[in-house]
Amino acid sequence: MSETNGARPPVLEVRDLVKDFDGLRAIDGCSLSVQEGTITGLIGPNGAGKTTLFNLITGYFKPDSGRVFTNGEDITSLPPHAVFHRGICRTFQIPREHGTMTVLENLMLVAPNQKGEHFWNCWLRPNAVRAQEREIRDQAMEVLEFVNLTHLATEYAGRLSGGQKKLLELARTMMARPRLVLLDEPAAGVNKTLMNKLAENIEFLRRERGVTFLLIEHDMELVMELCDPVIVMSEGRRLMEGRPEEVRNDPTVLEAYLGGQYGAA
Amino acid sequence: MMQQIDLARTALLFLPLFLLGLLALPGRATRRAILALIAAAVAAFALPLILDRGTLTYLVSFSTMAGIYAILALGLNSQWGLAGHVNFGVAGFFSVGAFTSALFTTTMPEGALAAYSQQAFGLQWPFLAGVVMAGILAAIVGFLISIPVLRLRTDFLAIATLGIAEVIRFIFQNERWLANGPQPMRGIPRPLDCLFKDPACSWLPTGVADFLAPLSPRDYVFFYLIVVSLILALVFIALERISRSPWGRMLRAIRDEENSAAMNGKNVTRRRIESFVVGSFIMGVAGAVYAHYVVSIDYSHFNPLFATFIIWVMLMLGGSGNNKGAILGAFAVWGVWSGAAFMIDSASPALQLISDDLPSRGAYLRWMLVALLLGLIVLYRPQGLIKERKRVSDFMPDDTNKD
Repeated sequence: MSETNGARPPVLEVRDLVKDFDGLRAIDGCSLSVQEGTITGLIGPNGAGKTTLFNLITGYFKPDSGRVFTNGEDITSLPPHAVFHRGICRTFQIPREHGTMTVLENLMLVAPNQKGEHFWNCWLRPNAVRAQEREIRDQAMEVLEFVNLTHLATEYAGRLSGGQKKLLELARTMMARPRLVLLDEPAAGVNKTLMNKLAENIEFLRRERGVTFLLIEHDMELVMELCDPVIVMSEGRRLMEGRPEEVRNDPTVLEAYLGGQYGAA
Repeated sequence: MMQQIDLARTALLFLPLFLLGLLALPGRATRRAILALIAAAVAAFALPLILDRGTLTYLVSFSTMAGIYAILALGLNSQWGLAGHVNFGVAGFFSVGAFTSALFTTTMPEGALAAYSQQAFGLQWPFLAGVVMAGILAAIVGFLISIPVLRLRTDFLAIATLGIAEVIRFIFQNERWLANGPQPMRGIPRPLDCLFKDPACSWLPTGVADFLAPLSPRDYVFFYLIVVSLILALVFIALERISRSPWGRMLRAIRDEENSAAMNGKNVTRRRIESFVVGSFIMGVAGAVYAHYVVSIDYSHFNPLFATFIIWVMLMLGGSGNNKGAILGAFAVWGVWSGAAFMIDSASPALQLISDDLPSRGAYLRWMLVALLLGLIVLYRPQGLIKERKRVSDFMPDDTNKD
């Protein structure tokens, strides 16, 4: 850990992570770190282990070996809800909205430490629950305003379009006031205008709220515009890390994406 | 001019009718209360005048049984409706509640009786204490079961819970020392049954005793309907409160999309267990209310058809996820079930023409009707008679999210 030289520990550090699926090594000794206040891109060919890495960080899978730290704290193998309470939020490649609830309540759900989540408080302390619900509702309306979904507040989340669901996913992470947000292909299936809007929002949150982002993305234009640094993964390992232009011009990256014959040239 | 017996029945009918009015009538709280008061008063006077005594007694005992089923349906709703647990073991929790309350409230058999009737203990506790213990014990059983079983989902959970309910039933069938299995456990006390005896309870003011004097023990069900409606109302209010709250919202989120709920910081396992235990408690209470109604219970009352699947049909017809729907479904399906008996009875000459032994198999035709009903619900109205409400939390300020 880098605490010895006085620097703050990285907001996320993954050390020698290994994950096997029945003999298939999906993550093969992966080490990387994400510095606070960055929008770090995570790219790599299909099957490089990017989403698996997210699943390991957020506790959906337990790694076979290796460790995960956030701000110097070991969070290896913590269950997802405990990872959430360490200030890490995550979106999914395919939006996972709660379809039978309204957009507004999808967001209200996310607010941490709600008194009304303990059912006895609903009987014994209804006024405290009511007061908190008002605060959370107001906060959720602000977030909806930010992502331009106010007009859909009382619509079933399941009825939103694909792009709107992507916005809802991002809005969800804003309700939690996280330190680190893991975005899994935020721009997949999103049109150009909405993508620009998403990028703006992400950049705004980094600048104004100090949120750190780690995002998986296949849209290179978005990655080059938004991310610095960019980490390249291949075959379950970190292949390289650097500024966007370095990554773009690196022959090993090209090789990883396109196969050996191009890289060898 | 009403006879005194009808007047006494009117008095006893008032409260259940009032509660029904509160549940069914529209409008804001005060308006609804006034309307319900008037409607209940009118109906309580009118019913004994319109219907003959036998029919009215039948209607009251029908409502009592439907009310008990409604409590069960509410219990199932807090598991399946709110959190999506496919619990096919309703009968198990129902029976644990029934036998628990019986054990806590009966007298331990002594002397010659002890040779015929055995039970683990008999504490002679009052009725309400028995009901509470029934809920608690069913909740404990639910909790212990939920730890291994809630790792399963959907059909796997269904099979596991069905199996567990059968195990529980076989325990009550075979363990004689526990609750006299396979013989029935008899003499479960009815609360305040001295009201209908001669002489009436000694503490009763003479005025009240005289007023109730024309009623015989056969009219006890009129009083028990009050007990059932009060308990049903209490369960309904308590469950409604927590279903329409951040707790209910969390459960609906988990039901819809578990992984996302977990990543939103919700402890999915714990919440799933909570909703399972709440449901078990309610089913246990229903068991107690049933036991004190029928007075004598044995394992055969708790078979999967009667004590699990019919409740599923009730909830699905009424509307999964809606507590009012659960109650409506219970009354509707119990009505179909009871009505079918009359129908098959009156159709028995026609059935005789088809085949000689068909009338004696009328009971199976009733099940066929219920099965048909289930098929129709799933095909044409999967959301049930009353749909689940869009908005979850009632604790949220009213100025948003009108529904």
